[in-house]
Amino acid sequence: MSTPQTTRRSFYLYTINLLTGLVAVAAAIPTAVYLLLRPKSRDATNWIEITDLSRLRVGQPEEIVYNRKRTDGWRRVEEKTSAWLVQTRENSVVAYNPACTHLGCAYHWDASSAEFECPCHGSVFSIDGKVTAGPAPRPLDRYPSRIQGGAVFINPESPKESA
Amino acid sequence: MLRAIPKFIDERTGMISAIRHFLDEDIPASAGWHQVLGSVALFAFLLQIFTGFLLALNYAPTPGEAWDSLRYIVTQVAAGSIIRAMHHWGASLMIIVVVLHMAQTFLWGAYKKPREATWIAGVLLLLLTLAFGLSGYLLTWDNRAYWGTIVTTRIMGLAPGGSVLLRMLGAEGGGIGRVAFARFYAAHVTLLPLLTLGLIVLHVYLVRKHGVTPAPGDELLAKKKFFPEQVFRDTVAIFVWCVALGFMVALVKVPLGRIADPTDTSYVPRPEWYFLFLFQFLKFFQGPLEVFGAVVLPGIAVAALALMPFIDRSAVVKIQRRFAAISVACVAALGWTALTATAVATTPRQPDEDGTVEAAAWQRIPASQLAGIGVFRRENCSNCHTPGRSQPAPDLTAIVVDKDANWMKNHFKTLSDMEIGALVQLLTKRTDDTTEACLKAPDEAVRGAMIYHANQCSSCHTLNGEGGDVGPVLNGLRLRHDREWVKAHFSAPDKFTPGSEMPAFNFNPDDLERITNYVMSIPKL
Repeated sequence: MSTPQTTRRSFYLYTINLLTGLVAVAAAIPTAVYLLLRPKSRDATNWIEITDLSRLRVGQPEEIVYNRKRTDGWRRVEEKTSAWLVQTRENSVVAYNPACTHLGCAYHWDASSAEFECPCHGSVFSIDGKVTAGPAPRPLDRYPSRIQGGAVFINPESPKESA
Repeated sequence: MLRAIPKFIDERTGMISAIRHFLDEDIPASAGWHQVLGSVALFAFLLQIFTGFLLALNYAPTPGEAWDSLRYIVTQVAAGSIIRAMHHWGASLMIIVVVLHMAQTFLWGAYKKPREATWIAGVLLLLLTLAFGLSGYLLTWDNRAYWGTIVTTRIMGLAPGGSVLLRMLGAEGGGIGRVAFARFYAAHVTLLPLLTLGLIVLHVYLVRKHGVTPAPGDELLAKKKFFPEQVFRDTVAIFVWCVALGFMVALVKVPLGRIADPTDTSYVPRPEWYFLFLFQFLKFFQGPLEVFGAVVLPGIAVAALALMPFIDRSAVVKIQRRFAAISVACVAALGWTALTATAVATTPRQPDEDGTVEAAAWQRIPASQLAGIGVFRRENCSNCHTPGRSQPAPDLTAIVVDKDANWMKNHFKTLSDMEIGALVQLLTKRTDDTTEACLKAPDEAVRGAMIYHANQCSSCHTLNGEGGDVGPVLNGLRLRHDREWVKAHFSAPDKFTPGSEMPAFNFNPDDLERITNYVMSIPKL
């Protein structure tokens, strides 16, 4: 039952849909790339010397405050930040990301119970980072660390490694 | 099931009926391809809002940082340079469509009674479009943006009440600072879009109220429907516009110059291409007449444009009989083209550093320090002074050496005074740049710097902030001269620059290559 009128009409409709679709896709692709892909980073992974080994005691965690340079968007910023250091043996340390793995609060070391305690929702971690109580879903995050010439270096750019 | 969804929505909101009703407009039998431009302009505007929003997600609207963040967008953010180019070329192509839309309306006499208000709203929309261009021009905060806006605000200052306008823009006193920048940004992303959207609604409402302008004799023919025939034409036109935009984005790089430098007196500002005619026009008016060229005549032109329906009151709309209108349009087009072409032809070639390319550390440090790196490498100092280790000797890239020149003379013994001088510069003025350069500077550049240092070029020339002021600063030499000129100049400065006090240097071919490459590689600061 196609008359010249109905074929013309369906041609119009088909073209409208096709061209609108093409324009939408052409705009959506760069938009998705722009919004979803991570920007190119200009940072190399950085080992930072944060303290001397002589300042640590085995079994006694210390919160070390240090300066680090970081790229924040379009800016290089130097900022104060911290990490919890635990000397495990004579020549070995573990560095913890200072944010609770539950919701990111700053936890602290409670010397009397010898555990890390988070004040927000009551998560408790043992000295080796394991969850002993509370809602924390995983052990404390560790920073890669190493000891060189009596100094402790950490690499806080890759905080994903778990205890 | 799927059919039930529109029905469900329509029963509760009436939106689908409303859209149907909107598309079901009667249009004259003569409606056709010449009437698609308004839809294209509307689409262009909506796309500008969209790409502008995307850019704002990664943009810091303050002087200085604006440039940093834009460079971040075009060099680091994925597809950032595409989104920026879409916004930049989208603006230019929108101006073209808006002007063509106006020209069509003018030539077809579509502004005549009862459509005067539609026309005036359109003229205001044209002015708003230009205001977008003007305010957006500053937001890149490169030299072009800064100096172009300085000139624009000075021109605004000439207008009656101009000083009040400048105070409102935060640009009083001749400079563009944080306050002015914030206001240009605020206007660009809040005030102008809202005004434009409001006026577009009014404009489209008036078009619907009066109907699409019929051609003479149309009244007797049966009406057509807007949907789907005219919607099809609009869609095709929008698609063609998008293809043009795609070509511009893919093929023409949008420049980002060096960060705005209010002390750079050598920069010759030029406005965006669609304002070049005004810039050229202004040249005819000097001294006390300037206010005429800058404000009075453009003001009269805009007023005449807005009041066109009241100036031309004849009822004639048949295009074949609109000699006067066609003549006016032709004269305007010719005048615009001639002025723009003259402005383009008389614009000095003005090369600038590409702001998206960051100079490497070795391109930023003084030649003496780079020469010091050369001595450091040649003498294999790093055999003992190992980077990253303090044993057996200190890591010289990580500390500031506090020994004095005499101590070093003794320590280095075998080296010439010149070489010791270079090492002293390197070791006592350590920065993050020198550290990075120590590790990464290419050997050829280091050797070039050693030649530069050994021939004491810095006693007359300044390079990266070090040296005398007898000769010209060598930063950005590559913008002023080509390689061959520089190479030939060494052996006979007098020949190229009459009266030059520079002695002739006859380097061996290898050294000539190296020093030429070196001085040509140092960007303008």
